[in-house]
Amino acid sequence: MELRKDYFADVRKDGLHEIGQPRPRLDSPGHVTGKTAYFADRNFPGMLHLKMVRSPHHHARIRSIDTSEAEKHPGVVRVLTARDVPHNVYTILILIQIGPEDETVLADGKVRWKGEAVVAVLGETERAAQEAAAKVKVDYEVLPAVFDMEEALKPGAPLVNEYHGQNYYLYDSGECRKVRFGDVEAGFAQADHILEQSYQSSPIEHAPTETTGCVVAPEGNDRFTCYTNTQAMFFTLDNASIILQMPGSKLHFVGGTVGGGFGGKVDVIVEPIAILGAKLTGRPVSFVYSREEEMQISSPRAAEKVVIKDGVMRDGRIVARKVTGYTDAGAYSRHSPYGAQKGAAHYPGPYTIPNVWIDTYCVYTNRTPSSAMRGFGVTIGDFALEVQMDKLARLIGMDPLEFRFINAYRDGDMKAHRQPTEGAALIECMQEASRAANWPVAEKYMAMSSYRKGA
Amino acid sequence: MAIRRGRGVAAINYPTGMNLGGDPTQALVHSTPTGNFMVTLSSVDLGQGMKQIMAQICAETIGVPTDRVVVDTADTDTGPHCMGTFASRGTHRAGNAVIQAAKEARQVMLEVAAEELEVNASDLETDGQGNIQVKGAPQKSISIFDVALSAHFKRGRSISGRGMFLIPRSYPEKETGAMKPSTCYAHACTVAEVEVDDETGEVTVLTVKNVFEIGRALNPKMVEQQLVGGSWMGISHALYETTEPYYPNRDHGGTDFNQYLMPGPGDLAQTEIIVLERPSADGPFGAKGPGEMCANPQIPAVANAVFDAVGVRIDTLPITPERILRALKAQTTG
Repeated sequence: MELRKDYFADVRKDGLHEIGQPRPRLDSPGHVTGKTAYFADRNFPGMLHLKMVRSPHHHARIRSIDTSEAEKHPGVVRVLTARDVPHNVYTILILIQIGPEDETVLADGKVRWKGEAVVAVLGETERAAQEAAAKVKVDYEVLPAVFDMEEALKPGAPLVNEYHGQNYYLYDSGECRKVRFGDVEAGFAQADHILEQSYQSSPIEHAPTETTGCVVAPEGNDRFTCYTNTQAMFFTLDNASIILQMPGSKLHFVGGTVGGGFGGKVDVIVEPIAILGAKLTGRPVSFVYSREEEMQISSPRAAEKVVIKDGVMRDGRIVARKVTGYTDAGAYSRHSPYGAQKGAAHYPGPYTIPNVWIDTYCVYTNRTPSSAMRGFGVTIGDFALEVQMDKLARLIGMDPLEFRFINAYRDGDMKAHRQPTEGAALIECMQEASRAANWPVAEKYMAMSSYRKGA
Repeated sequence: MAIRRGRGVAAINYPTGMNLGGDPTQALVHSTPTGNFMVTLSSVDLGQGMKQIMAQICAETIGVPTDRVVVDTADTDTGPHCMGTFASRGTHRAGNAVIQAAKEARQVMLEVAAEELEVNASDLETDGQGNIQVKGAPQKSISIFDVALSAHFKRGRSISGRGMFLIPRSYPEKETGAMKPSTCYAHACTVAEVEVDDETGEVTVLTVKNVFEIGRALNPKMVEQQLVGGSWMGISHALYETTEPYYPNRDHGGTDFNQYLMPGPGDLAQTEIIVLERPSADGPFGAKGPGEMCANPQIPAVANAVFDAVGVRIDTLPITPERILRALKAQTTG
């Protein structure tokens, strides 16, 4: 790595004692010698193991659940169903008043994706819990499922989630989050060229070394300590408090040392049911995802579809950009309504475009609920935007890097979501990339600056 | 049939934080009787080095070496509230809270030292080595060890501080979308060079040259580890990863690392990282959040490089050999 201190030296005070120093990490020796304690290193006498019975269907009505054989299985201590969960229908963003509650801790009457949790089995050993889970009999009436976002948005499509009433999230702005800036149709009318292209991604797994999980211990004083690898301690505690209808003062969360998150550990999935198990049995409970559960059950990065229509001038200026983004939330909201909204604010990218129209939709389908992941609401948008930029440059016969200089945002430029640009540095990054990659651009671009006189 | 070379570029920015829901983090700082400092948080270290960075931020602010600071996180019985570690917010939000708490503790520390040295607190400075001295007269000094002992056993002072950083919630305007969803932006530009085998569709990323602007490299070694890892993840997203290879078809999802592919040691591109620092107005020592941003520009840069190499656009991720071969076939037959 090379630190290029010559850029922005006029606005930076160097020479600090501790900041800017490449100090060795104080936690590294523990990590590399295996001495760092993670949640799964907690082991308590009498600890039970929780395994889930999961839906084999993408969409089905539950006619009945028979747990009698599972309960008789040797080593099984308790079997939990929806009726054991005090506040079974929840949504995590309710903490910031983003509803409606749309997801069940344990399925009640219906399953909406293959892999959805239906029954929780607590056993003396992992094996006992797993074997007993296989003995739970669930009678399903399979329903038509929808997997394709466009199909889901058509009239007459199977309804994925009754709590929403339609297959998209209803924002206060309507069926999508909107950004309107300038007059996009006037921009297209004046453009020399128009290019409309569609981009698509597929769900992506966080792939942390340590799978999602927790260990819960009753403290004997009506309090429960939850050792967890959540990325958000109080967010998880407060959601658990709602789901379990327990005062937050009864809950003690210990964590903060996690073997990789990447956004995959901000859903509140394992803690509430494990705490409930500990409460109902009076024994410690461990609930740890297998690698298969981590990959196919825990939320992935959403698949997205991004349609970009641009109006561009022969001289390289983009004069209009219209973006329609679709986020595949799967069967439940989790963080997806937020991610789609974050995308609306991110488009049209780090470029100054006078006429912008953005619509971002959060769409429900019968697949594993997606949620946050590194680059949430932005990563796939950047893929689409930057491939589109390459196509536009080639369309007008311009060097792709020079084309970006022409449109790059600078200090003071108004963004489409009506925030003035501050602290821009895109131009300088491109100048340095031009040098480092030996990709020469015209001198006038190398002389540009993100600063504006008087700004 | 041939191995074809191409290169592509992408430039991006990335927001820090998530204030569409309100974005708070708190911190507490106190000294031990012998002048070590405890930072108490409920922020989560995902392995990226949160604890180390908070220790360095506290140390710089108080004016002691980093090894005099211990970070205690995350226990909800002791640590004050943190929204969580996501949205590239950890260093920025928690760092600001730690600075505020450490400043308050530093002020008490200087007041106790002033009493011991019989000078005004405003005339004192720290030397960064564990001592407090009179500005312009460094021979008149006292160790922080002795100041802490005095505070605890003689003066009855608590060398401690409370820190709070809050970005208030922004509500998007319904019709225009006017909103303030984040604070400072990090930036990047990546140039990727690839080889594409037009017989097998296989892509080899030869080099990635990443320029990242991150506000301030608080610990350059840790910045490097995060940026190199992010660059790898971007290539992995571009060419390898998905839980649903035939999306929207739900079948064929990988269930372990044999089926869910990511680039291994033999697939690593030659990776160059260049860092620029334009300090942000509201970041701790100017830092921005580069944690997510660093994995984004490689994806379009690789996609553009593939087009440069073989003349087909793969607009669906991941860019698998199958998709490349199908596009090449369509190109020749079309």
